[in-house]
Amino acid sequence: MGQTLFEKIWTRHVVEMLPDGTALLYMDRHLVHEVTSPQAFEGLRLSGRRVRRPELTVATMDHNVPTEDRTVIRDLISKAQIDALAANCQEFGVTLYDLASDRQGIVHIIGPELGLTLPGTTIVCGDSHTSTHGAFGTLAFGIGTSEVEHVLATQCLTQKRPKTFKVDFTGRPGPGVTAKDLILKLIGTIGTSGGTGYVFEYAGEAIRALSMESRMTVCNMSIEAGARAGMIAPDDTTFQYFAAGKRPFAPQGAAFDQAVAFWNTLPSDSDAAFDKTLTLDAAQIAPQVTWGTNPGMVVDVTGRVPAPDAVPGASRKDVEQALAYMGLTPGTPITDIPVDTVFIGSCTNARIEDLRAAAARFKGRTIAKTVRVLVVPGSQAVKAQAEQEGLHTIFQQAGCQWRESGCSMCLGMNPDQLTPGERCASTSNRNFEGRQGKGGRTHLVSPEMAAATAIAGHFVDIRSWR
Amino acid sequence: MDPFTTHRGLVATLDRANVDTDQIIPKQFLKSILRTGFGEHLFQDWRCRADKTPDPAFELNAPRFTHASILATRKNFGCGSSREHAVWAIQQHGFRVVIAPSFADIFHTNSTKNGLLTVTLQEAEVEEVFQMVGRYQGLEATVDLEHQRVTLHLPEELSFHFEMDAGVKEHLARGLDAIGLTLRHEPAITAFESTHDSQMPRGV
Repeated sequence: MGQTLFEKIWTRHVVEMLPDGTALLYMDRHLVHEVTSPQAFEGLRLSGRRVRRPELTVATMDHNVPTEDRTVIRDLISKAQIDALAANCQEFGVTLYDLASDRQGIVHIIGPELGLTLPGTTIVCGDSHTSTHGAFGTLAFGIGTSEVEHVLATQCLTQKRPKTFKVDFTGRPGPGVTAKDLILKLIGTIGTSGGTGYVFEYAGEAIRALSMESRMTVCNMSIEAGARAGMIAPDDTTFQYFAAGKRPFAPQGAAFDQAVAFWNTLPSDSDAAFDKTLTLDAAQIAPQVTWGTNPGMVVDVTGRVPAPDAVPGASRKDVEQALAYMGLTPGTPITDIPVDTVFIGSCTNARIEDLRAAAARFKGRTIAKTVRVLVVPGSQAVKAQAEQEGLHTIFQQAGCQWRESGCSMCLGMNPDQLTPGERCASTSNRNFEGRQGKGGRTHLVSPEMAAATAIAGHFVDIRSWR
Repeated sequence: MDPFTTHRGLVATLDRANVDTDQIIPKQFLKSILRTGFGEHLFQDWRCRADKTPDPAFELNAPRFTHASILATRKNFGCGSSREHAVWAIQQHGFRVVIAPSFADIFHTNSTKNGLLTVTLQEAEVEEVFQMVGRYQGLEATVDLEHQRVTLHLPEELSFHFEMDAGVKEHLARGLDAIGLTLRHEPAITAFESTHDSQMPRGV
């Protein structure tokens, strides 16, 4: 029996099997940010422990950083957290891309950019969207602060082996249907706990046709279906990504050729067995818009806000609560819902390709008078690239705000927040109550849909809208 | 971490599925660099109205649940963000046990690392707990880790068995230091690194 991509990587990283059946698993890279690490570093100090492999550990500041003037952080508690990360990195010898660095950005965006994310390796980070890195054929998952401390001290984690779940996207999506729509459709199909206990492997014609940026969008939201990790087998598209950019941590020259030979052995064998499989026809998928308070509460843009008893897998009470929070009436066509704010950003959709797609919609148009639009690049490198291509001018001429990089309004830990009742079309990953600001109402969409919504002032079906 | 043996306490119910960690501890409280001070902010956005007064409509604000230490809730509890602050907030608020039909993976792991016991019961059993809490004011339960049983102290006792990984159970029962345990395998880690490092392609 052959092995899956996941099994090949897992097997290579087992240091030892432990008596209780869990594995001591080795971590090739550990990414660190300011919010989930201070208590971990403090734990090391209290127990007199060191960082075992500081050279495999890389930090940045992204969650609470301002996206306007980043030279002054007015929120003193945020500042204390940022200062703590800088001091901890200095004390423990960890490389830090701070706010002064031209490589700073959202941790899951700079990992791949820098070549820290490599096929066949394991990556952890104290952030649930670590699943993003799986786009490279990497086993990558989010951990809590206790496990952050564990990896800092030992470079290992004790892990129960997850089950495997193959998701085949057959066919090709139509125009205007993006990676974001594929993953939202999956979450809508299996629910927010449909992947709990599993690692996804995304496969099929529609996945193979995606760029690395789009593959990252798909893997990013694996956790929204409950799976800690989602992976895509590396192929020529993956290898091209390393050849195309300035990726200081990726192998170069002869080492790169050797690496490619190894990476080519990683895809799941044809006779490998998965614990679960699901097939979705990408050609049948429409642009998706969430209507509720978790990412599984999603419909086609051509659909309507559902009735409380018409949502499979959700109780009437949960749906009623979601509709009340969202201020929506059952039966309302999605395209009749107006928005106040549009957020284009986050580790899901703030890479250069996302900004290009949004800019293509904004070009020569202006946003609706009632709407404010934030465009927040995922990293300083994305920002520089976008400015080199003149995308920022397109955004600004359309009436959008062009910001510095960071997590921003995806989770509103910085000043970029929704006010109570404010409705937002967002390219981020979570539409939980209060996620983007207390009382804020979030609808998750693709960058293309977000841009068109900003112009129209309400949701539109980008397949027929112009 | 304190060992968990048995715990008897008042049961509170929260009748929502897919409770995410953004609700358990909202983002504005994640800026602390300490491990303490989260308990008073548990479910803050649900507990408090805009004027910061307690919202009587929120179940856990009911006076009968004030001293509850066992929380019963619905499926997929703790989904979303990996923030361990959610576990700290639950514990610091006074809960020792959460009972639900299912838990999100990262939340479950974070709970184990902090000695918060997550008890997974069948959906129908959780429903029964909800019914009994609804019927009997002040209902207490005993959670016995060793025997993997939850017992509701009703006029006629009602008891449920729960499944648990052996490793997780031992970890909780003995209050083990996970890092200390892994460091006992230090020679194996070093040996692994000596071959693995050269096999894994890396630029730096």
